[in-house]
Amino acid sequence: MRYSGFKVFTEGLTGNKGWKPVWRDPEPKSEYDIVLIGGGGHGLSTAYYLAKNHGLKNIAVLEKGYIGSGNIGRNTTIVRANYFLPGNSEFYSHSLKLWENLEAELNYNVMHSQRGLINLFHSDGQRDAFARRGNAMINQGDDAILLDREGVRQHLPYLDFDNIRFPVYGALFHPRGGTARHDAVAWGYARGADMRGVDLIQNCEVTGIDIEGGQVRGVRTSRGVIRAKKVAMVAAGRSGQVAAMAGMRLPIESHILQAFVTEGLKPVIHHVVSFGMGHFYISQSDKGGLVFGGDLDFYSSYAQRGNLPMKEHVMEAAMTLMPMIGKARVLRSWGGVMDMSPDGSPIIDKTHIDGLFVNCGWNYGGFKAVPASGWAYAHLIATGEPHETAKRYRLDRFRTGRGIMDEEGTGSQHNLH
Amino acid sequence: MRVVCPHCGERDRREFTYQGAAEILDRPAPEVENDAWADYLHLRENPAGETRDMWYHDPCGAWIVMHRDTVSHAVHGGELASEVRK
Repeated sequence: MRYSGFKVFTEGLTGNKGWKPVWRDPEPKSEYDIVLIGGGGHGLSTAYYLAKNHGLKNIAVLEKGYIGSGNIGRNTTIVRANYFLPGNSEFYSHSLKLWENLEAELNYNVMHSQRGLINLFHSDGQRDAFARRGNAMINQGDDAILLDREGVRQHLPYLDFDNIRFPVYGALFHPRGGTARHDAVAWGYARGADMRGVDLIQNCEVTGIDIEGGQVRGVRTSRGVIRAKKVAMVAAGRSGQVAAMAGMRLPIESHILQAFVTEGLKPVIHHVVSFGMGHFYISQSDKGGLVFGGDLDFYSSYAQRGNLPMKEHVMEAAMTLMPMIGKARVLRSWGGVMDMSPDGSPIIDKTHIDGLFVNCGWNYGGFKAVPASGWAYAHLIATGEPHETAKRYRLDRFRTGRGIMDEEGTGSQHNLH
Repeated sequence: MRVVCPHCGERDRREFTYQGAAEILDRPAPEVENDAWADYLHLRENPAGETRDMWYHDPCGAWIVMHRDTVSHAVHGGELASEVRK
């Protein structure tokens, strides 16, 4: 079924009886050419591009829960390409270009809204750092505008500009940054992959990875044994448990990151606003809720919920930056499991086992990477060679020390990002 | 989440600084090959469930090996790192 305005109109006139499930619910076959472990955003986009870009058919995505049950449905929906370091810069630039065509590509409304991202700064030193970052973004071919204090005031008149600790000096404005509807991204890629013959198998937990003579042979699952020529791990926060089935340990610690949403309000925040000094960022959803978040709770966790001290910290940062937010009432909060790598950058690579691939380490930034991660991972799985936008995302960079990508400049070890 | 200090008992989580997995106590010998050091620094079990990790109690200065559950957030208790390393 192809979606169109005409289809919505005619269905509206006929009682909306013509809509059907947009992907099948197949039984797993006994053998596939490629099995992807993880039906999140990255797994689904990988499956889609394996079929679309490489013409491959015999592919299964194994998801232990349901499509959209992991981080793809638990993030704060921000899409941006404001990275500084070579390696990250070209990758996220590619991702943003894919985002800009995603709705036409998928024939699915992912509600991609380029409302602009504003990163605030509060000192001369921070201004210099943001000017440098903006130049790197422009060199990459993306957009960045350095705003002074009055420039910020035109966009965000509601900030507390004269806050005694963090007076607003200006901001780096990234007009092509914005948000997208996160569930729709999962559903759009799922539908697109299914239409191209990929089997999306939900409620199917992988319990073992079979390896013989250094070559992957398939997986054992809660729904039986599935043989496969290639197996690709793409399990985000659960990567450690999946890799352990192949006898591997990864340079990953899983941490909790919380997010919050208020009751629906009339339009009030028209951009994505990031207040780095308070570890606070905010945007407003199309439904009207203010969606905001902060920093990690800073202890390893798989609970998908956080604790009160970070909630208090985030609320304090919000009140510091925009006192008007005190009028809003928080509706709910939730947590996602972040696969934190030592240098804060991801991994898309082969492993030492033939036919076994790894994609993990997305830290807090996995959502905006969904299109380019799938694109690059599909390329690696199909051709055996890294895609040019992701060739620096090597698994061995921590061992060799070459190509560490520490975007924050805080050091490359666990618990620093 | 309340965290347990062997000296001070159950305390507010904000009194503690988290360091990471207790695997860092298994420090390789200096003469061991580089790969063992790289693994020690970067690779983690990252368990879902029972874990042992390092917490520092800011007020009393104790380094603690905490027994904890990463799924339920239950904190079972801890031992002084100086005792564990003996």
